[in-house]
Amino acid sequence: MSDVSAQAIKDQKILHLDQIEARIEAMESCLSTGASYQIASDLLNLGEEVLEIWIAARGQMPTSDSREGFRLLALHRQGSRSEPSFNACRETCRELAYHYNLITGEPEHRHTVGRLRLMIMVARHLCLFVSGKMRVANLGQFCCASKPLRENMNLE
Amino acid sequence: MVDVTDKIMKYRDVAYYSGCALEGSANGYDVSTRAVAKSLGLRIKDVTDWNCCGAMEVKNIDPGLQTYLSSRVLSNAVNIDGANVVMAPCNGCYHNLKKAEYDLSNDPKAKETVNRLSEKAGHQAYHAGQAETIHALDWIKGAIGEEELRERTKGRLAGLKVANYYGCMYVRPRHIFPEKDKGPGSESTSRPHFMDDLLAAAGAENVDFPLKTACCGGAHTLSDSDTSTKLVLNILQAAEASGADVIATECPTCHSGLEMHQVRAEKRFGKKTRITMLYFTQLLGLALGIGPRRLGIHTNISDSTDLIIDKRLT
Repeated sequence: MSDVSAQAIKDQKILHLDQIEARIEAMESCLSTGASYQIASDLLNLGEEVLEIWIAARGQMPTSDSREGFRLLALHRQGSRSEPSFNACRETCRELAYHYNLITGEPEHRHTVGRLRLMIMVARHLCLFVSGKMRVANLGQFCCASKPLRENMNLE
Repeated sequence: MVDVTDKIMKYRDVAYYSGCALEGSANGYDVSTRAVAKSLGLRIKDVTDWNCCGAMEVKNIDPGLQTYLSSRVLSNAVNIDGANVVMAPCNGCYHNLKKAEYDLSNDPKAKETVNRLSEKAGHQAYHAGQAETIHALDWIKGAIGEEELRERTKGRLAGLKVANYYGCMYVRPRHIFPEKDKGPGSESTSRPHFMDDLLAAAGAENVDFPLKTACCGGAHTLSDSDTSTKLVLNILQAAEASGADVIATECPTCHSGLEMHQVRAEKRFGKKTRITMLYFTQLLGLALGIGPRRLGIHTNISDSTDLIIDKRLT
């Protein structure tokens, strides 16, 4: 594949992530509709979609397996294989799953709207993190340590 | 099993590796760490002739050299200062010293590089196991503990809601922190709690904050500033939505990132957030009755004056 077409595909995926970010943003306005179960499910699905984009960009087929009952966690595990820096969003994924359980387990709870608001922020963080890594793929094995750049350098 | 009494004695007298950030942008962290040490009767002695830990610039180019640079700090602490515990408040320094320790224990090539460069530089090489590297959180938790802290602070942080933000380098990667995830009493790499424990002992109420180890966007600050700003804005908004009055930090990179991108978020995206940031040592200092100026709070970009007055923290 030429560099130009590879860049075009990457740009398209980033655009897709931007669209997901906008969809997450739009959910803020649905908070008081009482559709908490639906919103939590949608946010979880969007989280999965974000990870699918990351995995597909690395030339892999996103897994359909689940881990601890969540496909999101299986996708994260797949996405961080030979990319330890991707573990920086491990807890973000787990928080997304936790909030999903919290909201769907007790949809009528008096804190549900607040929990949904936080779940939106957690989903947005995942999207922004992956989007940042897609834009600057050579950065990020623990804050600024650009392993791929380093590996391609001839230091002699 | 760790003998608690041994740990208390061991951590009461440590070598202090402040690192470069605490000499500059995070001066308030340095000043408050020293003030808290004095107030608690803990002895900290600066590592003689310390150097950069190699983060992050050196590590990008040559990780072997980074291991050597960190090992030289440890060598000076052990061989010049006679220390067996090195305390680093900066997550970057802490991470790199721990990584050097791990590399020297597990990678013969790293050992060979450190030995060769140490000989060339004319000092004794550091050998794995000669010193224990700890974070400022481990230090206060180990040397003082919650019970004593509770007695000394007399609940002065009561009424203050805190979102504890640890950042990513304090707990990752898990394998360089063999002492963590060892059950009750040890730190957790998935849900760190040492800062929560200490501030709760001082009377603060820790809010349930879902982004406590999430990325602050530090890696993208220069290459993709907008993503960094959005990541920080999201952290700030999540802390506010969690009901926090203040974000407690323990990493100078995260702290300055939060402060600077808070300003940028308003300028670039018109999104204003009111939450302020304080180093956990500044909060503990206030709880110990130390004045804000002596804790370097006025040197932070984030203005906590109103918070300190409103919550009667001085």
